[in-house]
Amino acid sequence: MAARALTKGLLGLRHVRGATVKFSNTGHHFATSSSIKSSEPQTNAVTEKILNLPLEKPDLFRVSELFSLKDLFDARVHLGHKKGCRHRLMEPYLYDSSLDYDIIDLDKTVEHLQLALNTTAETAYRGGIILFVSRRRQFCHLVETTAKDCGEYAHTRYWQGGLLTNAHIQYSPGVRLPDLIIFLSTLNNVFQQHVAIRDAAKMKIPTIGVVDSNCNPSLITYPVPGNDDTPVAMELYCHLFKMTINRAKDKRRQMELLHGLSKPSVSSS
Amino acid sequence: MAANCVRFAASLLGKGVNGASPTNPVTLQLYRQICGTSALRRKNLAAAGPEKFTPEFIQKQIEEFEIGKRHLANMMGEDPENFNQEDIDRSIAYLFPSGLFEKKARPLMKHPDEIFPKQRAVQWGPDGRPFHFLFYTGKQSYYSLMHELYGKVLNIEKHQDRLREKGLFSTETKQISLGTSRWLTKEELEELLVETISTHDYDRFIQLMEHMLSMAYSSLEEEFILRHRQQLEAQTMHQVVPPLQKDDKGVDFSTAEGKRKTSKSSVVVRDCGSGSITINGEDYLHYFPVLQDREQLMFPLQFTGLLGRFDLECTVSGGGRSSQAGALRLAISRALLSFVSEGEGEAMRQAGLLTLDPRVRERKKPGQEGARRKFTWKKR
Repeated sequence: MAARALTKGLLGLRHVRGATVKFSNTGHHFATSSSIKSSEPQTNAVTEKILNLPLEKPDLFRVSELFSLKDLFDARVHLGHKKGCRHRLMEPYLYDSSLDYDIIDLDKTVEHLQLALNTTAETAYRGGIILFVSRRRQFCHLVETTAKDCGEYAHTRYWQGGLLTNAHIQYSPGVRLPDLIIFLSTLNNVFQQHVAIRDAAKMKIPTIGVVDSNCNPSLITYPVPGNDDTPVAMELYCHLFKMTINRAKDKRRQMELLHGLSKPSVSSS
Repeated sequence: MAANCVRFAASLLGKGVNGASPTNPVTLQLYRQICGTSALRRKNLAAAGPEKFTPEFIQKQIEEFEIGKRHLANMMGEDPENFNQEDIDRSIAYLFPSGLFEKKARPLMKHPDEIFPKQRAVQWGPDGRPFHFLFYTGKQSYYSLMHELYGKVLNIEKHQDRLREKGLFSTETKQISLGTSRWLTKEELEELLVETISTHDYDRFIQLMEHMLSMAYSSLEEEFILRHRQQLEAQTMHQVVPPLQKDDKGVDFSTAEGKRKTSKSSVVVRDCGSGSITINGEDYLHYFPVLQDREQLMFPLQFTGLLGRFDLECTVSGGGRSSQAGALRLAISRALLSFVSEGEGEAMRQAGLLTLDPRVRERKKPGQEGARRKFTWKKR
């Protein structure tokens, strides 16, 4: 536990050193003391090397192996809405429409999905906070379980106005905002664009979003054109994101063990 | 800090001064008074919300309380080790006697956990990552409860589907015995979750719980359901029956007390009597010349039909004649309880003989002539 705390104190986008914190809340007892002042320059260099590793190799996490075009087809990712619901900006991503039902071009989906999964893997590798957002009631439980399984965060409930933009008042001052937001459905319950897309753009947080043929992909950093209504498709996405995040975190732990930054599971974390 | 709202602006006149060499510019500094109001810099105290206490502060308070408790025990000459809260309250009431009516305004010494409101500690670790996976929703405890609840509902449905497949599904399963319990109120749920919920959220929670209860195999999650139900306490108040005593002659008697308005009375009811009543040493006919008061005395005996059986020795003080009669009536009824069966006692309770009359004299208010009477209204 202490070792994990040590690494958590080192990595991450904010460097907090020498923090001794005690909490009196039941269930969240956490005390850490990083007394690594003597070996600071070395650990810095090693951390830099670890962090730069994914930038040197193109597909360090082998994300392309996780899925194939056939898997996407079997999970009915290519099915879009009817012509009347089509959003103008989604036209480049559509392959064709048969009987007025739009079909999403799966080649483009594969490229975009690979990019998106790479980004999630890199963010998870660097210990960033990933927030899963979806406002579909059917899949709320699924998304929350996925987030719990990877050790990341989820928000599938009513989005209160200032959660990102007014964070220091909504939560406590000194809160850390998510480093990546993944939208498993970009629309909210009244078929309007989710407020979080605009807020994330305001707060300069990169977003990944599964955009269906009735969604607006403009403000999303890494749009992934695909179906967001079928349970099979949603389960596929959740599975893919969970696998990438777990892989990235395992890789990070592996790298740190390799370079001797943390003791190999003396204290089980 | 002193609200010194006067600021000075210094203006430098560098250029435009003739005869000044570039190496040594003449700088003329003029000071201009700018008055800014302290209102601009005053903090909006209302927007800050309730006062937050750090865990270190609470810890310090707890230490001070423990030390103070030992000092108090030493002062009172008692054992510091076994000094509990009742002893503290007693000692404080003795050392700082207060005549204030409002109990909460009196001096008190309690453990800091009971005084300071329960607050949440910081929700994230040293690297900034929050502990709870639903932290970013804002209402993490409530939503995690709903998540857990929904997971359990899905679990039960899956179990039911599996049984249906095998053909073993039946509706006559062991139902959860709720007994006399109710769902937790919104306040109790808030206390459980240590965070505020809206009525809408609470209604949703109850809806989902009811839905889970209505399922046939809800007994799978019995423990979870019962955790969110509150047992109703029995509403009946036990009637304290005064004990039946025997005096040296072998005659049964019992004592009881009663009061009404400002009168207090005590009555000894003796068996094997002739119906004689003595009040403060006098005969009741002399003490209560008015028939109404004597009727009040007789009422409990007449109701139970034991008019000529008992001898009453009464003492009464305070109040006027009516209130003394009422106090005596209550005392007699209470004393009769020990001679009479439970059913009869219940009948007496329903007749109102055993209820203490709570009516007291209402105080006079300023600006009015009496408690309710206002001064005469004059049009001009």
